[in-house]
This record gives sequence, C-alpha cells and structure tokens, in this order.
Amino acid sequence: MKVREIAEILDAAFFAGEEFADLEVQAACGADLMSDVMAFVKERVVLLTGLMNPQVLRTADLLDIKVVVFVRGKKPTNDLIEIAKETGTILLSTKYSMFLACGRLYEAGLRNGGVREIA
Amino acid sequence: MTLHFTIPAMDFSAAGKASTEVKKLLSSIGFDSSLVKRVAVAMYEGEMNVAIHGGGGQAEVNLDPAQIKIRFIDHGPGIADIDLAMTEGYSTASEEVRSMGFGAGMGLPNMKRNADALEISSAVNEGTTVTLVWRLGAVS
Repeated sequence: MKVREIAEILDAAFFAGEEFADLEVQAACGADLMSDVMAFVKERVVLLTGLMNPQVLRTADLLDIKVVVFVRGKKPTNDLIEIAKETGTILLSTKYSMFLACGRLYEAGLRNGGVREIA
Repeated sequence: MTLHFTIPAMDFSAAGKASTEVKKLLSSIGFDSSLVKRVAVAMYEGEMNVAIHGGGGQAEVNLDPAQIKIRFIDHGPGIADIDLAMTEGYSTASEEVRSMGFGAGMGLPNMKRNADALEISSAVNEGTTVTLVWRLGAVS
C-alpha cells in the first residue's frame, strides 16, 4: 500500500515528506510505547501512535520506519517536523482514534503486523 | 576500534544520539542492514536504561573483525533481581518516563533478543554493567 493511499484512507494531512507519498509499506504497527515498537521487526512499516515527542521519531529512524501517523487529530509540532525533514520521515496526522485508524487500514488490505511470539 | 559515549541521566533529548551515531557508522562500514538494526535497537534500549535507571553512565562500543561488543556501565542503584528485570512487562520506571513512551518493561528483553549474547553484572547500590555481543562470523 502506498503512503498516498494511507493518507486517503485515514483522511490524513501531511506535515512532512509529502514528496515521498509513493513509498510502499507492507506492515503496520500501532503503539504508544516505543519499546513495544522496538520489539517489532518488519520491513517497510507505517507506525501509528498517539505519542508525540522526539523519541517517537528517534525510534522510527533507528528502525528504518519511514512513515509515522499521529492519531486522534494530534498535529506534530515544528520541532518534530524539523527532525522528520532531517531524517526523511513522512509525518501524517489523522482525526481517527488509534482503533479506528488501524481498523481502516486493516480493512483496506494492510494486514501485516508484528508476529513475534510472546514468551 | 573503540568508541566511548557519555550518557547523561534523564536527558531524553540526548538519549538515542549515540545509537544513531553507531547505526550510521555500521551502515557506512557496510554491515548487513538487519544486523545494523538489531545493534541499533539494542543500543537504544541500553542507552535509555542507563539514562532512566542508572543515573547516567557510559557506553563503550568495540568493533573488531570477529565481533561487535557494546558495554553499558552505570553507577546507579543496581538490579536486585536480574531474572525479574528480564521479564517482559516488568518495569520500575516512573510515570514521567512512561509518559515519554518508555518503561514498557521491554528494554532488557529487547536487548537480549537482538544480540547474540547478553551479560549483566549488577550489585545493589553500586551499579550495573550490561555487555552485548554480536559475533560477525555467525551472521550471513
């Protein structure tokens, strides 16, 4: 699924990286805890989160996550937009809650998530 | 090659900088991207642990042809029960730390999962040393 389609499905606005909207993602991760994100090892991932701070973008950068969607209408602050521009990360904001945003993407066919066994 | 980093206590704008630097270095040397990601994740978790729980400390990154070794050293409160600390979901992090998206109780388990070997030595009220190793021969 292209980032452009994700933006349409979530009725989301771009705050950084719109020029990369044709990027393909294959999996999604919805989490507010960054250690949970770091337990998630897949390629070409979109991260949906309600957390908004520089650690979200740092975590995304370390994991090569190129797309971050802020849920519940949270709009990234200027410092986050600057970091995203430096790291080449796409930032989106959607009015949908985490549950509804994940549900809409799942329904639209983005069905890969974390599959790690919990010990 | 050995790199030294100082990790300040509870400085969330600095935590992660060493990991980002090491990730860039390993990528530029030409290591496999999945190995680079495993090292980056484990190092970031280690950095956060030292910043959050250790009262700040040091990270030493040692690269040689056989292995990548990262050692985190702090002089914080130590870990009384290492098995408990290794349990997924167990955390002693404060509300402030949790509100930043950390303190999920996944730090040490994530480090163990992403490294080939993890060793913890800790003494209460003296500090903790965590050593991570990736054997380069074992990774294709």
